[in-house]
Amino acid sequence: MIPATFDYFRPETLDEAAALLAQHGEDAKLLAGGHSLLPSMKLRLAQPRVVIDLGRIPGLNSIRESSGKIVVGAMTTHREIELSSLLAEKCPLLPEVATQIGDVQVRNRGTIGGSLAHADPAADWPAAILALEAEMVVFNRGGERRIAAEEFFVDLFQTAIQPDEILVGIRFPVTSRAVAYSKSAQKASGFAIAGAAVVVHARNRAVRIGITGVSARPYRASATEKGLKGKPLTQEAISAAAVSAADGIDPLNDIHASNEYRRHLALVNTLRALELAASRC
Amino acid sequence: MLLVHFLRDTCVLTGTHVGCETTLCGACTVLMEGKAVKSCTVLAVQADGSEITTIEGVAHNGDLHPLQQSFWECHALQCGYCTPGMILTGIDLLRNNPKPTREEIAHGLEGNLCRCTGYSHIIDAIESAAQKISKERQRA
Amino acid sequence: MTVSKRTGYFGKSIKRVEDPRLIKGIATYVDDLRLAGTLHTMILRSPYAHAKILSIQTGAAAALEGVVGVFTGTDINPNCGLLPCAAEAPDLKSPKHTVLANGRVYYVGHPVAVVVAADRYAARDALDLIEVDYDSLPVVSDPEKALQDGSPLTHPELGTNVAFTWSVASGDLDAEFAKADRIIKQRMVHQRLTPMAIEPRGCVASYNAGDGALTLWTSTQIPHLIRTLLPGMIGIPENRIRIVAPEVGGGFGSKLNLYVEEALCSHLSMRLKAPIKWIESRRENAMATIHGRDQVGEYEIAVKKNGTILAIRAKTIADIGSYLQLLTPAIPTLTGLMLPGCYKMNAIRMDVTGVYTHKMSTDAYRGAGRPEASYAIERIMDLVAADLGLDRIKLRLKHFPKPDKFPFHTASGLTYDSGNYRATLKKAQKLASWDTLLKRQAKERKSGKLFGVGVSTYVEICALGPSKMMAAGGWEWGCVRIEMSGKVTAITGVTPHGQGQETSFAQIVADHLGVPMEDIVVCRGDTSVAHYGRDTYGSRATALGGTALIMCIDKIVAKARQLAAHLLRAKVEDVVFRDGQFLVKGAPKTNIGWATLAQEAYLAKNLPANFEPGLEASSFFEPTNCTYPFGTHIVAVEVDRSTGEVKIRDYVAVDDCGHQVNPLLVEGQVQGGIAHSLGQALFERTVYDEEGQLLTGEFMDYPLPRAKDIPDYVMGSTVTPSPSNPMGIKGVGEAGTIGATPAIANAVMDALAPLGIRHLDLPLLPEKIWRAINDR
Repeated sequence: MIPATFDYFRPETLDEAAALLAQHGEDAKLLAGGHSLLPSMKLRLAQPRVVIDLGRIPGLNSIRESSGKIVVGAMTTHREIELSSLLAEKCPLLPEVATQIGDVQVRNRGTIGGSLAHADPAADWPAAILALEAEMVVFNRGGERRIAAEEFFVDLFQTAIQPDEILVGIRFPVTSRAVAYSKSAQKASGFAIAGAAVVVHARNRAVRIGITGVSARPYRASATEKGLKGKPLTQEAISAAAVSAADGIDPLNDIHASNEYRRHLALVNTLRALELAASRC
Repeated sequence: MLLVHFLRDTCVLTGTHVGCETTLCGACTVLMEGKAVKSCTVLAVQADGSEITTIEGVAHNGDLHPLQQSFWECHALQCGYCTPGMILTGIDLLRNNPKPTREEIAHGLEGNLCRCTGYSHIIDAIESAAQKISKERQRA
Repeated sequence: MTVSKRTGYFGKSIKRVEDPRLIKGIATYVDDLRLAGTLHTMILRSPYAHAKILSIQTGAAAALEGVVGVFTGTDINPNCGLLPCAAEAPDLKSPKHTVLANGRVYYVGHPVAVVVAADRYAARDALDLIEVDYDSLPVVSDPEKALQDGSPLTHPELGTNVAFTWSVASGDLDAEFAKADRIIKQRMVHQRLTPMAIEPRGCVASYNAGDGALTLWTSTQIPHLIRTLLPGMIGIPENRIRIVAPEVGGGFGSKLNLYVEEALCSHLSMRLKAPIKWIESRRENAMATIHGRDQVGEYEIAVKKNGTILAIRAKTIADIGSYLQLLTPAIPTLTGLMLPGCYKMNAIRMDVTGVYTHKMSTDAYRGAGRPEASYAIERIMDLVAADLGLDRIKLRLKHFPKPDKFPFHTASGLTYDSGNYRATLKKAQKLASWDTLLKRQAKERKSGKLFGVGVSTYVEICALGPSKMMAAGGWEWGCVRIEMSGKVTAITGVTPHGQGQETSFAQIVADHLGVPMEDIVVCRGDTSVAHYGRDTYGSRATALGGTALIMCIDKIVAKARQLAAHLLRAKVEDVVFRDGQFLVKGAPKTNIGWATLAQEAYLAKNLPANFEPGLEASSFFEPTNCTYPFGTHIVAVEVDRSTGEVKIRDYVAVDDCGHQVNPLLVEGQVQGGIAHSLGQALFERTVYDEEGQLLTGEFMDYPLPRAKDIPDYVMGSTVTPSPSNPMGIKGVGEAGTIGATPAIANAVMDALAPLGIRHLDLPLLPEKIWRAINDR
């Protein structure tokens, strides 16, 4: 319950934050909403010597539409996403996922950027990030770069963010209402044992599916996507395609779900999310 | 220092309780700028400049908050340890959703564990407080 | 017994007098105590389930700023006695339970060293600086494997993993089995559970060297039993020890114990001459506070073709963990005694083998042995009905003793006080619209759904109990004082920690004295105020503690009557007590009330001859028998075929706990108990791996029921008064936990029955059900 001693910095600009990050290197951890970092610090699983609090940097907490894209600041809380009327209209998958994260207190503090940078394999956001083919915007002292969703999640608790970079925002496409998130939650923690996010693009009916919780790295259910390519989303087509939602995946195995059951839940939730999204077309 | 330790040890506001280390039980829930947060997962320094409401500050001029009244009337507490967190979460819940269904209340209490009551009376209490608040509003 | 008609509090749903302090956040739990000069402790615990401690280096920790001392078993154990177990069992083999590990650790969480520091921060930092060199040893984690030849031994010095064997046997078992048309067999696992009170344990010990006296504030259900047992450990006599249970944040049996930390803090306070505080973390609570249940049973039932149950033979293994806590060996014996449930049968035998493993000890967790019994017998009833193609309701009705057969002598040798099992069953069926429910089930099944309806008709043993069956006395104590002002102080020896006896006892006392409840204060939980008591467990507090208070009032009324006669210049036999007034027969206007009587009694200037001043009485109530509450729960569930998830659709509970002092509190107890059952039936389980590592050491991994898991209840009750106490109360604290688990389990198994699935062990996790569906 008591973290190890650390130095605390509260930069007021991104440049300042980046400078601190460069100065302290691996000793430093960035603090966003604190709902991934602080729990592990309290159990001393993480013992950073330096904590850089991004909480007072202006501009990181916003939801806006910009040249056809939805840009969500990294410090935007899950709750703000859940309640955003802009997102409800323009990117409704995000509120649908947000409302299933943790509990209201966690959603009031936890941020989308903090969660993504932490890269917990059982977090909910990665499914949506993949299905929406979002782009992560990271800041470094040289400027900004964008990381595609497919490249972002590297491994268990590991992303493509470089040690000197700060995740500042996520860019999402505008979508129709034909989206859905279906999740089997771990009973105790509420994290996903298997969560499937589905986006059906209005333009070409292309289907994108992101799956979290099942393996060490969230993934796109490419075989299912391919199976549905160019087909109307009938019950038969969905059922036939959903069975390949975990093809080529090596599922996790723990006391909450065996690898077999996890694989099965990946299929079940893919099926359910597809059905739901199709019903919203 | 965690916000919960600042409240309990520095401010000696001991109505905010600690029941776990993993941000799950909700016994330490307080309002930060009006929003329910788990004070075990906020650094005190992060709350610098914020308005924090603990259970001690919920009653108004000695009058119990409608949620406090309803918890009392509906027997929504037994040992009382989770109660401050439940009430503060209930305040946030009713602020966002003044007329919640029982299902919505249950969803809103996902972050608060109670081992005594079995929750049913807690849901009753929040339902009843919602009615009280709406009547008060109508009167005003 | 005199009851005031005017006040009439008994039986009313009155809101609790405890609540204002709790809803305002101004109650004082143990961590809220702020004693000047308090030192803080943290305990280093073993990460191994079984290991030899080769060395402990404490130098770096001790040198840390703010650290007052670091102590190991070598420092502490020679100065502290062994932790006692109050329960007995034949041939009980008992390892030496030292306060800190003595060169060897026996479970993950075993206390190895303690840091004392000026604050919690220094104490926590110091823990990381203690270096322990362990040599890990073979681990015994599975109780059945522990009994196999060549198994490693939990405590090698005992020469066996068997802690005790215990049997209950009555009737001619072999003859009954010989008469049987069929023997139905089933193995059942009663999984280990973690009580998880939301307030973890904690204590503050403060030694006053001048008085040679110790005060221990501790989050406990049993301050009085601790006061009885602690002297033997720390060397201070009982009359110099004060134990206080301040506000206690839930117990459920987990705080019905004397723990090493309580002795450790007491000893450290004496040693360091400062108040010592220890507050348990959740992780510690999961690993080092007692667990519950954990039995594996093989049940054989001898039946006739017509469904008559002749006899039951059971062999169970109880995994008791590594040490005996206060009541560890007694818990599975309650299972044996209650195994017949509410049914007639001719013979029964249950043999229990208590087995040591490298885990935390088991002990009383809500229900304490009875949930195992009710689960087993209620599953048995359904299995018998299914195997013989009989109606499960008719089968139950056939075996109920009729109400006029009480006191009813069970096959296991108990005497049930009173009962009307048919009435609760019928009422529950009515509330559940039984016939409609079955039609609904048929319809749902036809549409392809897995829809199940489950019933449990349970009975439990409560108000423990007559002293002859309790290790440390089963009486209860109370004291009532009419203060000089006429206000009333009622002191109880029970130690409520959420059950609400500050309210229900005030109701009882107010009615019996004929005074307003507002004039009454109920004191509890402090041995310097409540001098004697046997505390709160086994659903005993209201029935026994309430009766002790009534006995006090009877004494006070008798005494006050003499004083009233004196003051009213009447004969004692002409004075009657009614509605808080003493009246002269035939002259009702000549009366006198408590305020005047109290003033006269304490001013003592105008008393009858040989009349002791004051209006105070204390009493010990020794019950003649336990009580046996009962009820029927009916549950409808739907199982999701694709994931195995269970959803409760309907829940009806009809409980009979005799007369109810406060129905609102009764309802709260039942609902809370059902929630524990729901967890036990569907998802709670304590998991250790083969190496004895605890895999459910946090709320992240051990799921408690949440609000969204709770169904809408339909609740009802019947009232069959208990003859075991004058108020006819039976007790209700554990009813929900005993009655609900089998009802939920039976419902799920009923849902799966069309698939040919006969039995699954608890918890009925989605994956387990999914596998059963797919493995067919």
